[in-house]
Amino acid sequence: MATFEFLLQGLLAAAQPLNLLYALIGVTLGTAVGVLPGIGPALTVALLLPVTYRLDPTGSLIMFAGIYYGGMYGGSTTSILLNTPGESSSIVTALEGNKMARAGRGGPALATAAIGSFVAGLIATLLLAFIAPYIVKLALVFGPREYFALMVLAFVTVSSAFGDSTLRGLTSLFIGLAFSVVGIDQLTGQNRLSFGIPDLLDGIEVTTMAVAMFAIGETLFIAAQGDKGPDKIEAVRGSIWMSAQDWARSWKAWLRGTLIGFPIGAMPAGGAEIGTFLSYATEKRLTKYPEEFGNGAIEGVAGPEAANNASAAGTLVPLLTLGLPTTATAAIMLAGFQQYGLQPGPLLFATNPQLVWGLIASLLIANLMLLVLNLPLVGLWVKLLTIPKPWLYAGILMFATLGTIGANPSVFELGMLLTFGLLGYVMRVFGYPIAPVVVGLILGPLAEQQLRRSLAISQGDVTTLVQSPIAAVLLVLAALALIVPLILRARGRGEVLSQMAASED
Amino acid sequence: MKHFFLASILAGALALPAYAADYTIMAPAAPGGGWDQTARSLQTALQQEKISGNVQVMNVPGAGGTIGIAQFASQQKGKPNALMVGGYVMVGAILTNKSPVTLKDVTPIARLTGEYEAIVVPASSDIKTIGDLVAKLKANPGAVSWGGGSAGGTDHILVGLLAKAAGVDPTKINYIAFSGGGEALAAILGSQVTAGVSSYGEFESQVKAGTLRLLALSADKKIEGVDAPTLKESGFDVVLQNWRMVAAAPGLSAEQKKAIQGDVEKLVKSKTWQETLKTKGWADTYLSGDAFDAQLAKDISATEAVLKDIGLVK
Repeated sequence: MATFEFLLQGLLAAAQPLNLLYALIGVTLGTAVGVLPGIGPALTVALLLPVTYRLDPTGSLIMFAGIYYGGMYGGSTTSILLNTPGESSSIVTALEGNKMARAGRGGPALATAAIGSFVAGLIATLLLAFIAPYIVKLALVFGPREYFALMVLAFVTVSSAFGDSTLRGLTSLFIGLAFSVVGIDQLTGQNRLSFGIPDLLDGIEVTTMAVAMFAIGETLFIAAQGDKGPDKIEAVRGSIWMSAQDWARSWKAWLRGTLIGFPIGAMPAGGAEIGTFLSYATEKRLTKYPEEFGNGAIEGVAGPEAANNASAAGTLVPLLTLGLPTTATAAIMLAGFQQYGLQPGPLLFATNPQLVWGLIASLLIANLMLLVLNLPLVGLWVKLLTIPKPWLYAGILMFATLGTIGANPSVFELGMLLTFGLLGYVMRVFGYPIAPVVVGLILGPLAEQQLRRSLAISQGDVTTLVQSPIAAVLLVLAALALIVPLILRARGRGEVLSQMAASED
Repeated sequence: MKHFFLASILAGALALPAYAADYTIMAPAAPGGGWDQTARSLQTALQQEKISGNVQVMNVPGAGGTIGIAQFASQQKGKPNALMVGGYVMVGAILTNKSPVTLKDVTPIARLTGEYEAIVVPASSDIKTIGDLVAKLKANPGAVSWGGGSAGGTDHILVGLLAKAAGVDPTKINYIAFSGGGEALAAILGSQVTAGVSSYGEFESQVKAGTLRLLALSADKKIEGVDAPTLKESGFDVVLQNWRMVAAAPGLSAEQKKAIQGDVEKLVKSKTWQETLKTKGWADTYLSGDAFDAQLAKDISATEAVLKDIGLVK
């Protein structure tokens, strides 16, 4: 079969020493820039793309693949260690990952993130190689109403997975939804809640909000406690490597995360965050250790991290098969392809097989390189936590500010960072969960726009929402997810459930 | 070791000799988009052709370029080495966002490149020609859903212009705005909308593969190698070019403006720039001086009129 031959050829080319060196440089640069909070993979690739211009096509593609996967991975390290998500798709990682890090289990958390990313990247890249044309057909069936149903499902499952108090969780969610309507309404071009401030026209940047809520809010909270606060963070307790139990609990989560992340990444309007949300909700539901969720459950890191990387590979499905850039990162990659006169599209696999398979082989190599680079570094990263508290939090504050300024050099953005940091602090003090705010900010506009688009297409006929079989099935699932817990609670199993919804801050 | 490689790569990318006329180019958009690519191509060409030594690109993203232009007009005033990339999208964004700073507050130098808009339907559609589509639009404007980029953008404007030219009330058009070309293209391919509008480049590979049917282009005359009529040929007097331009700071003397125009002209004629246009697939629509100023004024007034017709600008 020609497919294998091309892939082998690509792997042989990519495995040459010089190309391996390019891969190493790529993942190192990608990880380094990706670590800065606020600078996600899109910006990383955009900033580093010119570096690849000077190489031959093979070398350039390889370095490029390294930067892409490295940037995707970089965000999870700061999420886990510093509670500062580098990008929106590693927000969920911070929930359990940072709890693990503070309990002295930063090593296993970083390891499960690295290995999970590798496993997911490997499987998803192979899926990309062999079933991309079929997946893309499925993805195209998703129109506005199907997306709306998917968003409803995400809302229901995700909001029930955060926090022990439904009222507090929903309050936080609605704060996020309120912030999400700020800016130019995409469908009509009109301004909403921007109060004549031009900086608000594009809405509130998710990463600014996430970094502020998590990192700044946390820093203020710790600082306000002064010496009365809990003892300093335990950097390492037990082995810094994953135990047998960690492995046993991680591998299924990796696989489930991959299966959730890949198709959602392949959907033109999916987005990596949604996969991570759904994966977190799934793991929380299926875990045998519900009491650990909210206190550092390894599944809560393994699943979302796998989902995040699988969706990165999923994004390449519409890009390579249709020429559809579905994320900012993919749009920049398209620019990268075009410098070789390569026009991604339906004919690409037929007209340029060497380059396509070369890219896929490069992704596999970059993925491996990332694991080789990051596993030995786990020990070093964890040492970060032994830094005395005042220095550590001062460092977090600096990193958060630097990342935000780096992404958008604007005084207003910095002001928003501090304001939302204060909001995060106040919410923490009064015991409101933080994550639903960010979830609302991400899902709100998606759900709203898709609903309005489907209604516009049907000219106001509401029944359109259930007329598509896929949308109907998704809505039924959402309804079940809402109703079944109520029935279970009514039958006296409420205690188990409230335990399952254990608290997180 | 790692740091060594890192340092050498960065040094290779950044080490450039310093010249007298060091331009700073603002791309009023995030890295990666069309304006950013234009700014970075300008940077490369200006340096390689030794027109300028050290050229810096800076990104000020937001609100269709209106945040960038506001910052450019206030901070670079009177600086003869400051350039800004912009385009037709900015004309609409300034109007819909009621931006206090407009293109009148900067010094437009020249139009550099442009793309024409294309109207397509999925291959499975029963609409075969632009005439079929317009007939449907006339029968029931709401039943024809148009998929394209953001509201008030070039794609939306084209639909408004076409409706008006066909005698249909532009406020009745059912335009579905998607975030970015990719999402719109997916909706068109999946037959979620009746027809799609975007720059031809976005559709080209799909049209060649036979998954989309190209109905018409918004060019002023038929384009070689593209098997579709222009809107004008089809009887609708609509020509629309999504152009990109370069502008200089406000408050320049006539001499300073002339010097910049000279540099840009040298650039446009250079081999590096022409090669860039070819690899990027951008059409050379260079226009400068009074001709550009006149064209710009015409574009602004036409855009204002159509945005009022659609109901986006009051």
